[in-house]
Amino acid sequence: MTMALTIPAERTAGPERWTLPEARSLEAVNAIVAAPLLERSSWSWRAWWIGLCVSLAATMAFLVTVFLVFDRGIGIWGVNSTVVWGFAIADYVWWIGIGNAGTLISSMLLLMRQSWRASTNRFAEAMTLFAATIAGIFPIVHLGRPIYFYWLTPYPNTMHLWPQWRSALIWDFWAILSYILFSILFWYVGLIPDFATMRDRAQTRAPAIFYGALALGWCGSSRQWHVYEKLHLALACLGVPLVVSLHSVVGMDFAASLMPGWQETIFPPYFVVGAMYSGFAMVLCLAALVRWGFRMQGLITTAHFDVMAKVMLAASIIMGLSYATEWFNAWYGGQHADRSLVAFEFAGHYAPMFWALLLCNVVIPQAFWSSAIRSNVIAVFVISVIINIGMWLERILIIWNTLSHDYLPSAWRMFLPTVWDWLLTFGSLGLFALMFLLFVRIIPVVSMHEVRKLVAEGQSP
Amino acid sequence: MTQLLLAEFTDQRRFVEAARRGRDAQYRVVEVYTPYPLEELHDELSHRESRIRPVMFVGGVLTAALAYGLEYYSAAINYPYNSGGRPLDAWPAFMLVPFATGILVAAVCGFATFLFEARLPYLSNPLFAADGYGGATQDRFVLAIECPQDGDDRSAVTKRLSDFGAISIQQVEP
Repeated sequence: MTMALTIPAERTAGPERWTLPEARSLEAVNAIVAAPLLERSSWSWRAWWIGLCVSLAATMAFLVTVFLVFDRGIGIWGVNSTVVWGFAIADYVWWIGIGNAGTLISSMLLLMRQSWRASTNRFAEAMTLFAATIAGIFPIVHLGRPIYFYWLTPYPNTMHLWPQWRSALIWDFWAILSYILFSILFWYVGLIPDFATMRDRAQTRAPAIFYGALALGWCGSSRQWHVYEKLHLALACLGVPLVVSLHSVVGMDFAASLMPGWQETIFPPYFVVGAMYSGFAMVLCLAALVRWGFRMQGLITTAHFDVMAKVMLAASIIMGLSYATEWFNAWYGGQHADRSLVAFEFAGHYAPMFWALLLCNVVIPQAFWSSAIRSNVIAVFVISVIINIGMWLERILIIWNTLSHDYLPSAWRMFLPTVWDWLLTFGSLGLFALMFLLFVRIIPVVSMHEVRKLVAEGQSP
Repeated sequence: MTQLLLAEFTDQRRFVEAARRGRDAQYRVVEVYTPYPLEELHDELSHRESRIRPVMFVGGVLTAALAYGLEYYSAAINYPYNSGGRPLDAWPAFMLVPFATGILVAAVCGFATFLFEARLPYLSNPLFAADGYGGATQDRFVLAIECPQDGDDRSAVTKRLSDFGAISIQQVEP
């Protein structure tokens, strides 16, 4: 038994809490993170290759589906004249939610001086970037005439066309575009010192040139660190409002309508919390995989799983409260359409999924009240997967329930997903996995300089 | 150009002491290279204060104003379109685009200022070829000192640095 298992995490105060003894020196941190990338002969990549093949196959399915949608139109999906939105929009909202957590972890926790973020923020930011990129594909695929998507941009044209600035679609476009470019910049700035470490550790010429070029000639002088810190903190301060506005806009896509269940002022904050919830769940899944795949038990400890599980517990309670607020408002508002919608949610065609959603998002995460479960990596992983499924169900049901059950009973229809709906959804997971696998093969998966600082703080009295 | 002495340390505390007490010990610290930021040394080296944040602020605000101006021009002047009597200049609905683009351009301005102030990209920094530098991005703390011209002074400084705990001292051409 190691000390970390016998002493409850809360009792070991200070920065040592976030690392195990084998990772408590600067060189140990560098070696753990850099060895898989630089010492390839001593490292087995078999699991990686298997994952790559599977994710490539799923990515092909995604590309084929997207090609078919472009070729034949959205009629190959289960959408119909009543339920005009389907998997593409649900997937979009789900992915953009996951795409929020990386910036939340990096920025918000940085501003709150939560130093434990050091060993998770790198891959959380990578996850953000990939998830937001995938999310950005869906609205374009979903457009009836995707060839005209560039009309969203204001550019001088002979048609004298301007974007409709009052439209939520335009807000989406600008919010996602700004967010993706901002995330790339934020991510890259944090990577520069680590690329320099990789450059100086490289034994052969090719990696030295590759990482050297990416490091831009970083030398770690006090002048460089000073401007780096200024920029990094300033970017963090900008990142928090940007990420909150991004998902608020997604919430307003729905809240700006007149459909029953889609006209609630609670949507923007409720979507942001939901995004944080699913994003943290995804970060925990990836943390468990990275920890196992790169043998990083010394850097990503059970204490990390413990704190992030607490965040998810809080988010699950807020989600439960938000659902209850919706039901209460439907009853209290007295509108027949709203009350009928809530009855439809609990007892209508999609009721089994709705109950499953409540089970996944509100009931099962209550297990995190137990500290034994919070610090059990496998249990946290399983519950995180369940939360992600629950959040996807929530995204699809927000669409299905309202659209299937609007004001005019004669127009009520159900959504029956086709194989292309499922291939698009699972294919996007494959594309995400592919990008993440390529990322871990090339880029240091944990922020070495931030963990070095954490380790050094633990050593100085 | 003056020559530099690179003194390599393994212990952060002794390194900080060596950097701080340079003035008493008759040597001039030109720069320090560390594997993570050491705030306490920044003031010692009397670097100029960074202008990153003012630049970001100005860049962001100007871009936001420009974005709003574009919205106003297109919706109220160039193509006024009466949609159900809604105001042409619908400022609440126009807020998001200036906000998002303002933040993006502020970040880009910050990055550009960062490159300028950190003197990057500088791929051919002669420092990289020097022995005793490579550890500064890993686990060593490196002090760059102006090398005294006089041989006696040089050996005195070298001795001082060894007393402070330097594990290696190299002379390099900058």
